[in-house]
Amino acid sequence: MKGKEILSPSRTSPAWWREIKKNRAMFLMLLPGVLVLLLYNYLPMFGIIIAFKNFMFYDGNFFTSLFKSEWIGLRNFEFLFKTPDAFVITRNTLLYNLVFITSCTIVSLAFAIMLNEIRSRKLSRFYQGSMFLPYFLSWIVASYLLYSFISPDKGFINMTILKSLGKQPIAWYSEPKYWPYIIVLINGWKWIGNNCIIYLASIIGIDQEFYEAARIDGASRWQQVIHITLPQITPVIIVMFLIFVGRIFNSDLGLFYQVPRNAGMLYPVTQTIDVYVFNSLMRMGDIGMSSAAALYQSVVGFITIVAANYAVRKIDPDSAIF
Amino acid sequence: MGKEQTEFNRLSAVSAKTNAILNIILLGYALVCILPLVLVISVSLTDESTLALYGYRFFPKKFSIYAYEFIFSTGSQVVSAYGITILVTVLGTILSILIIALYAYPISRRDFKYKNFFTFFLIFTMLFNGGMVSTYLIGVNVLKLKDSIWGLIFPYLMNAFWVIILRTFFKTNIPDSLIEAARIDGAGEFTIFFRIVMPLALPGLATIALFATLQYWNDWFLAALYINDPKLVPLPYLLYQVQTSMQYLLQNSSNIGGMSGDILSKMPSEAARMAMVVIGVGPIVLTFPFFQKYLVKGLTVGAIKG
Repeated sequence: MKGKEILSPSRTSPAWWREIKKNRAMFLMLLPGVLVLLLYNYLPMFGIIIAFKNFMFYDGNFFTSLFKSEWIGLRNFEFLFKTPDAFVITRNTLLYNLVFITSCTIVSLAFAIMLNEIRSRKLSRFYQGSMFLPYFLSWIVASYLLYSFISPDKGFINMTILKSLGKQPIAWYSEPKYWPYIIVLINGWKWIGNNCIIYLASIIGIDQEFYEAARIDGASRWQQVIHITLPQITPVIIVMFLIFVGRIFNSDLGLFYQVPRNAGMLYPVTQTIDVYVFNSLMRMGDIGMSSAAALYQSVVGFITIVAANYAVRKIDPDSAIF
Repeated sequence: MGKEQTEFNRLSAVSAKTNAILNIILLGYALVCILPLVLVISVSLTDESTLALYGYRFFPKKFSIYAYEFIFSTGSQVVSAYGITILVTVLGTILSILIIALYAYPISRRDFKYKNFFTFFLIFTMLFNGGMVSTYLIGVNVLKLKDSIWGLIFPYLMNAFWVIILRTFFKTNIPDSLIEAARIDGAGEFTIFFRIVMPLALPGLATIALFATLQYWNDWFLAALYINDPKLVPLPYLLYQVQTSMQYLLQNSSNIGGMSGDILSKMPSEAARMAMVVIGVGPIVLTFPFFQKYLVKGLTVGAIKG
């Protein structure tokens, strides 16, 4: 026994230490990433208890303040759900996402099929490039591009189009009735090129033999689209659709905060959960309300993502994220 | 094969009439995507006084490059913001690529015993998060990101989705036998990673690098959360600030002092704002054709193999 110990001293060290030593190169590689995830992703997960507390700073230290802050149970949530805002922000987030999902899928798919059908490859590449451009621009830039069209006193629409038609200028940034359309259009403008390219890539990947066989049977080009192209890429469509659905409780702060320039009069149609959390945290400094709304979003979002992933797994296990 | 293929395509192509209609629709949409940028460029090159009279137009009534001269001379704030954006983008992208690749590699290795644990540790961050409030409070109070350049870099260093894309890339493009052979030759794990895996994974790394570059270059959100100090404001956030007041352009230039009122009155504010947009998107639009190829690759891998 003793002799054995001398021969292999590592036997005396605990098993976990041996495991670490054996895999030390791998663990070292993982270390920076693990640290970032722990500090910026996992630590805030424990911070969600703020939502159940009347958070106050008692001294400079965050953790002792968190510890000392009084437990108030669900009172933050009661306050939140008693305000009319809770309904409006949930409705806006869900409805916009539903419209985005359907409109973006249909339009991107249509464009992808068109790009595949036109005769000139060169033109097809030019269109793809142009459609892809908005994806590269920040929401701030997008908001300026929109502003150059709909600025009340200098915008192209008011000063050139409406003027030449002899119509009165429109105060775009204080008229909520236009904004549901504007938001949907701008969102489409930003994302359609990107989605279109994903669909196009899977259309190009379809085996040409299917088309050849259909052609021999005398199928028209339109029939080929309906009976070959669409069924062949249905799995991709469904997976993309479900990934969208999984994020149905999230909204892009850039789109809903920057593009309408955070105009108060537009809140009824532009305020989503993210905008609400951002405004009440950064402008009002209302930690109770914003942490309750943020946790509400995280929990419901968790459920939708897990459900969507479960559905993806059923259809195409390779596309599931876990 | 190639010739046969094109011949076949021509035979089965849509009719000339349909082709024309499709081209008109696509061209129309392509213009919708490009023209807003053209309008903004045109405004930035228009004389300020004609803007007040005729509004924003696609062709300048009176051409002027004064807006550009103005933002680069008086607006030291624009120059500093541009510098911050470049610094954050370069530093952030390099660090982020390194950290992401170092994480993606072990979980791509079939023989790494703990790959499932670390994959789950990563993916769980895609499913659940602490929300903006908790993240912000911890960012400010624990990680001390307030008014620090790290506030603009650190939060985006890891991205679970990109790690997964890169892991898939490693798995499909780097044969196990190659790693095995290198190991038999006595190469250590880090040598294998930096000498063999990374060079072979360049296309995958390029895709992730472009995602990261875009994210850092376009970001205003982190600045909105963490930055008050005018010296650390990046360009997108400065663009947001000047929406309400051009005063922000002068906050960093202490040497102007009492003259700021005078400068503000002479400022070509409309044209200058648009000129800032143009210099902000300039590098992206110019390198766009190069971007496109790699991003398409990444998007398709990400969406289909995610």
